[in-house]
Amino acid sequence: MAEMNIVEAIRATLAAEMERDERIMLLGQDIGANGGVFRATEGLFARYGEERVVDMPLAEAAIVGSAVGLAVSGMVPVAELQFLGFGSQAFHQIEGQVARMRFRSGGRFPMPIVIRAPFGGNVRTPELHSDAHEAKYAQVPGLKIAMPATAHDAKGLLAEAIRDPDPVLFCEPLRGYRLVRDDVPEDDYTVPFGKARVAREGSDVTIIAWSAAVTIAERAAELAAEGGISCAVLDLRTLVPLDEEAIAEAVAKTGRAVVVHEAPLTAGFGAEVVATISEQAFWSLEAPVGRVAGFDSPYPIGSIEESYVPSADRVLVKVRQVMGER
Amino acid sequence: MNATPTEVPPREGALCRLDAGGAVADGYQPPLDDAELRAAFRLMLLTRLLGERGVSLQRQGRLGTIASARGQEAAMIGSAWPLDPRRDWLVPQYRELPSMLRMGWPLDRLLLYYRGHPLGSVPPEGINVLPVQIALAAQLPHAAGLGWGLRRQGSDAVVLTYFGEGAASEGDAHEALNLAGVKKAPVIFVLQNNGWAISTPAAKQTAAASLAARAAGYGMVGEQVDGNDLFAVYEATARAVTRARAGEGPTLIEALTFRLGPHNTTDDEKRYVDADEFADWEARDPLLRLRAYLEGCDVLDEAAEAEMRESIEAEIGAAVESMEAQSQTSSGQLFENVYAELTPRLRRQRQELEGGAA
Repeated sequence: MAEMNIVEAIRATLAAEMERDERIMLLGQDIGANGGVFRATEGLFARYGEERVVDMPLAEAAIVGSAVGLAVSGMVPVAELQFLGFGSQAFHQIEGQVARMRFRSGGRFPMPIVIRAPFGGNVRTPELHSDAHEAKYAQVPGLKIAMPATAHDAKGLLAEAIRDPDPVLFCEPLRGYRLVRDDVPEDDYTVPFGKARVAREGSDVTIIAWSAAVTIAERAAELAAEGGISCAVLDLRTLVPLDEEAIAEAVAKTGRAVVVHEAPLTAGFGAEVVATISEQAFWSLEAPVGRVAGFDSPYPIGSIEESYVPSADRVLVKVRQVMGER
Repeated sequence: MNATPTEVPPREGALCRLDAGGAVADGYQPPLDDAELRAAFRLMLLTRLLGERGVSLQRQGRLGTIASARGQEAAMIGSAWPLDPRRDWLVPQYRELPSMLRMGWPLDRLLLYYRGHPLGSVPPEGINVLPVQIALAAQLPHAAGLGWGLRRQGSDAVVLTYFGEGAASEGDAHEALNLAGVKKAPVIFVLQNNGWAISTPAAKQTAAASLAARAAGYGMVGEQVDGNDLFAVYEATARAVTRARAGEGPTLIEALTFRLGPHNTTDDEKRYVDADEFADWEARDPLLRLRAYLEGCDVLDEAAEAEMRESIEAEIGAAVESMEAQSQTSSGQLFENVYAELTPRLRRQRQELEGGAA
């Protein structure tokens, strides 16, 4: 067991998977000698060479689109989008091609492709680097979406994603790359998709979150505890597949829930979670479900982003609201 | 307003071996022997007859929207012919039925696509062809990746992919050509410039006189050929295949051709193509010029063609019958191969559709 931050866990997992399976190729911008702009691939170029750690032209659609052909040829591509915000430059390849090739080809051409992409705010990046786009990918049948919140899960979910025969969008919390540190077993392990994690037990309110928002939810739970409110925190880990049972079970226990995410509120994945609660746990509810999210405005430039990204204080206000406190 | 007419081949510099009248230069030997010439002609004729039959089947409601290859038979068949179906790969756009047939995709299975049947985009095991592409140019990065991947694994296979002068305006075309150049991927990009993207003339796609000239910007060989000349298309493609196999990288071939008919069964080309332009191109019909050549050198005569026609009609008839016999679908197919295994949500959705307990 070693304590690691998220970027260290990702790097270690990429190395271990490349060692295990020589079909794995990393594709991305600046991932070679530079080791990636966040150093997620540091050392891998020296170890595996330019044939397996490939500095690609600055062209997201070619990175993702060529992964389709590489997969047909028998390789296992792990593509890095430098930022999820730039995934829009490849969205047509992800949505129209990668995600439906298995379906269209009747299973002849499975797409064991992982698309890694950091995202999320409060790190003062330039425009379009921070946007949380997970909800639009959740509308893409054939794609799975993993969103780890901890270093332990970053390793286990990434290993699972690489070994999964289907394409996975693997969203990495930029803010947690170095700030989130936890124990990561050195042994080989995977975290199965579709199994949420109870990050904190509690009896009054369930806060449901994923990726960096889990850290915010945990902080809000601490603040709430100081005021005598016991909050559970449920980390969804993957949005597709979604652990509906865990959501229903957690909400049944507390009768109250708050969903937190960084993406804009309207049609965010939180709406899907609330709909799931309505379908699966409606009769357990003692209050309307609350949502804390980014606003329905474009992700702002750095100096005001702290007001945009959900904060523990904003979550706390919502927790008190669903508890009937003013 | 009249659309700008496209320039018609032979353009200066475009490779041409078989002229519009079916004549070749003195002493020219075609790149195919007599048996292969007959086989290529037969596939061209099958394509022509299939296009006609397809329209009739669509009008009867037995097929959905279908795009005929009429007029582009030499561009397609001449480029597919040098491939080795056992090791090479084809990454089609959507109109290249004859090239897919050449690679071994059975006709009845291809027709299922136009029937709206899911099996129509499923390449039978062992057939090295990707499903047809509807999002134009999206197939080109796939071809680049496939060629790159095959070569990385030590194969000498090559990949041939198609697009048109319309799709050449897409960003994916640029990204794919650039990447293939960088990776020296064994890919032959066949750009069929048929002058019209539905109703938009080539002059509104590009200000350039030659799309093949773009190859220089990608560090690859580019060649412009008379796309209605089977020999020229074959020759340029065979050269590109040889280079690609030898590790010398990709080629961009621009085949100048013309769609002698509508974009598909929903279209009427008379709304935008000038009748004189159409007539000019009818005079350059790839099928007629090959027939004139073959008759001139006694590889084909009227009786042999009549026999060929009969066997093609029988083949198409049998394929249509077989297609219709396979055309049953079930709602369960909605859920097959979305993922390797159904997610819990999909499982529930299937149960709900089938009327079972949710």
